[in-house]
Amino acid sequence: MDFNLSKEHLLLQEMYRSFAENEVKPLAEEVDEEERFPVETVKKMAKNGMMGIPFPKEYGGQGGDVLGYAMCVEELSKVCGTTGVIVSAHTSLCGAPIYENGTEAQKQKYLIPLAKGEKLGAFGLTEPGAGTDASGQQTKAVLEGDHYVLNGSKIFITNAGYADIFIIFAMTDKSKGTRGISAFIVERDFPGFSVGKHEKKMGIKGSSTCELIMENCIVPKENLLGAEGRGFGIAMKTLDGGRIGIAAQALGLGEGAVEEAVKYTKERTQFGRRISQFQNTQFQLADMHTQMEAAKLLVYKAACKKEAKQPYTMDAAMAKLFAADAAMAVTTKAVQLFGGYGYTREYPVERMMRDAKITEIYEGTSEVQRMVISANLGVN
Amino acid sequence: MSKNVYVYAEQRDGVFQKVAYELIGKAKELAADLGQEVVAVALGDKVTNTARELFNYGADQVIVVDHPTLSEYLTEPYTKAMYAIIKAKDPEVVLFGASAIGRDLAPRVSARVHTGLTADCTKLEIDEETKGLMMTRPAFGGNIMATIICPDYRPQMATVRPGVMKALEKDTSKMGEVEVFDAGLNESDVNLKIREVVKETKKVADITEAKILVSGGRGIGGSEGFAPLKELADVLGGEISSSRACVDAGWIVRDHQVGQTGKTVRPDVYIACGISGAIQHAAGMEDSELIIAINKNNTAPIFDIADVGIVGDVNAIVPKLTEALKKIKG
Amino acid sequence: MKNILVCVKQVPDTTEVKLDPKTGTLIRDGVPSIINPDDKAGIEIALQLKEKTGAKVTVLSMGPMQADVAMREALAMGCDDAVLLSGREFAGSDTWATSSAIAAAIKNLPYDLIIAGRQAIDGDTAQVGPQIAEHLGIPHISYVAGVDVEGDTLIVKRDFEDRYHIIEAKTPLLLTALGETTEPRYMTVGGIYDAYREKEVKVWAYEDVKDNVDPANLGLKGSPTRVKKSFTKPVKAAGTLYEDISADEAVEKIISKLQEKYII
Repeated sequence: MDFNLSKEHLLLQEMYRSFAENEVKPLAEEVDEEERFPVETVKKMAKNGMMGIPFPKEYGGQGGDVLGYAMCVEELSKVCGTTGVIVSAHTSLCGAPIYENGTEAQKQKYLIPLAKGEKLGAFGLTEPGAGTDASGQQTKAVLEGDHYVLNGSKIFITNAGYADIFIIFAMTDKSKGTRGISAFIVERDFPGFSVGKHEKKMGIKGSSTCELIMENCIVPKENLLGAEGRGFGIAMKTLDGGRIGIAAQALGLGEGAVEEAVKYTKERTQFGRRISQFQNTQFQLADMHTQMEAAKLLVYKAACKKEAKQPYTMDAAMAKLFAADAAMAVTTKAVQLFGGYGYTREYPVERMMRDAKITEIYEGTSEVQRMVISANLGVN
Repeated sequence: MSKNVYVYAEQRDGVFQKVAYELIGKAKELAADLGQEVVAVALGDKVTNTARELFNYGADQVIVVDHPTLSEYLTEPYTKAMYAIIKAKDPEVVLFGASAIGRDLAPRVSARVHTGLTADCTKLEIDEETKGLMMTRPAFGGNIMATIICPDYRPQMATVRPGVMKALEKDTSKMGEVEVFDAGLNESDVNLKIREVVKETKKVADITEAKILVSGGRGIGGSEGFAPLKELADVLGGEISSSRACVDAGWIVRDHQVGQTGKTVRPDVYIACGISGAIQHAAGMEDSELIIAINKNNTAPIFDIADVGIVGDVNAIVPKLTEALKKIKG
Repeated sequence: MKNILVCVKQVPDTTEVKLDPKTGTLIRDGVPSIINPDDKAGIEIALQLKEKTGAKVTVLSMGPMQADVAMREALAMGCDDAVLLSGREFAGSDTWATSSAIAAAIKNLPYDLIIAGRQAIDGDTAQVGPQIAEHLGIPHISYVAGVDVEGDTLIVKRDFEDRYHIIEAKTPLLLTALGETTEPRYMTVGGIYDAYREKEVKVWAYEDVKDNVDPANLGLKGSPTRVKKSFTKPVKAAGTLYEDISADEAVEKIISKLQEKYII
């Protein structure tokens, strides 16, 4: 069991860090203050191959592995939670389901531009009445000749305002319950499709989180993803992979907060000495670092198991559960260590704390993760 | 036997550069220690007459290669000329200014001659025992100093940064005969074609690259407070920078901001004017080589990290400092 | 133009080096190794020329085996081949010996254009590039801020402090690049995977170049210059605070300090 990163992963880490420091960090404050989706960063990331890391070159990807992808989300999130989730949602929730379930024609048409970063992806499962209970899909899809007609709405969809390609879930046969749900690849300019209200959020403010409205939306028959009725299974499998991305985002947020806290406490003087010299501070930092190290091992393991095509559902759930809770705790402690300054927007830790909260909620709340883990333990 | 300390007297557009005079000044000391003479070498087109002024600055001999191929600096004709002189005269030492010209010419010449070259020397001395040249220079990004010697090859060659050595006072009574040297140059030595020469003034500064920063804080009073700081910076060949307070107040643009939320700088000299030195600022400049601080308030934290701290009025001190420096620099 | 060689050096990031306040020596442990910034600009120029002309770019370095990482980084940026010259015979070289060794390696490779960085941040001499050109007997242009191609002619912008030249040059030619004028591209993610999975770094030893160079010109023995001594600058002592002095006296104190530190 080698816990060291391979040479290629070390070089990837260096590249991600350099990119994050130089291109992402300088914009992070503005992206948050102005709730601005960083379009220019997405273009740069596409150029450097960061929008299609785990997909094969023949589909426009970088031919990389899940760990390399998770590390990218981690390093980006260290400096900007918004930028991290843009990559995660695009890759795990849109690119991946097409790669894992799409026909060759669908991969050619949609995966290639997504992997190249020429188009941005999103995932539409959540509805006003279907959050943790995702099975309660109200959006309907009716087959009429050579196309489906979709009606319904989705909320809290990440990347929505800027995405070109959406994976939309809809009920094709209500009588079959979850086995009556199907998945569709929907393009932004399909007739009847529109992006609605943009949510004002506590954190990841630059992330475009919107409502999607389908009013007699026409979706060609060829855009059915997987077989009819297989949609729920596709959604669940997709979320397994997505959880690795969000766990990586939480990991990055927590690590970023620890770094900032270590730096600050070494500079800040009170009572005639650096506050890092007080044992209370040292012990807090020790705990924070240990929590994030533990989270890292869970995230990396889940990534490696997925790469090795081993069952990884439980690992992904544990990683997301632990990393999200750890990020929330660590970022909150970081604000405390900064004192009054940490509460102001002049320093990044309060943003990291606001960004961390969502990692305990989306792509399956921490409660859902516990359901998944206990199910895998065989105790449900 | 190799003999004499030669100085490549750099000229641009027929005007000798300050570094040439500075090197002649230093060469005089070295030559005295060796019991030898200083020979200034001028390469250019129609520079024979002007080269006579090199005697005024202390050269005992002046050699000139005067040829049209030398009108604008180009590596090959200049190298060929220097090489010819070195081969003919067998110097003990040859010094070049470490300019964009010297740092191109000296390496090429040293390789053609097959001898040692030491770059960017900040100190030159003759070893009492060996009579060899000891060349001291910064290395490792300036973190260490190294003293280099070239025991077995001649000439011993070194480049020296402008502004490090001191020129002698110009003495028009010192005069001599310029030796015009034929280096065998011809048109075929011009192996590259200069399509265009564009002269330009300095571009907009990047404070992280500046070696000298004159920085203003709240204590300078207003945007007009930067004018005397800019004058001081210009005299020192540096740039101006600022604390966050001035940027927030709109007195200067963000590009100049030093500090935790601005840029981190590590210049050779940081002159803090009217800056309190709170941690947000100090974090961005505390690794500067030399920190000079001027502030009215003797409890200002900047004094904890300053090498020279002056409790005083920036408005009174800075202009006087600028005047004094102008006199020294001549 | 068919072949471009880029000479690079792996160096410690000297901006990260700190002085141990107790011993007065440099702390070299934990200092990251990077591709020398001027050399990285050289890689960028080479890759831009590759995009314009379809030339093959080979990166060449002389260094210890750790320099493999730097070679992979260059490959990940887009270089096609990598050669690392490594061996004890080359240790202790000054710039004459270094340039002799590198020139010897270059003689084994096809080239139209050679690009090096202007200077390395550890040696800071700016000598190796021009000296390689002299050993090879080809023209060189240093302080290069930009390169363009017009047919079989290179158009080179050569910087000085107070001017710049636009120079027309033909190959073979060696250029030294300025780090501050060219922003190097990032490695691509796919490039990094390929650098380790698809490509190899050829390692050459003294044996591979010995026919191209007189061994008397290599290593410590072949170096005309040597280090007599090296020392760190004295650790910063506490500063001096002057109160109740006149403006003129203050000016005197400042000037005397500036002179002491060779600033003026």
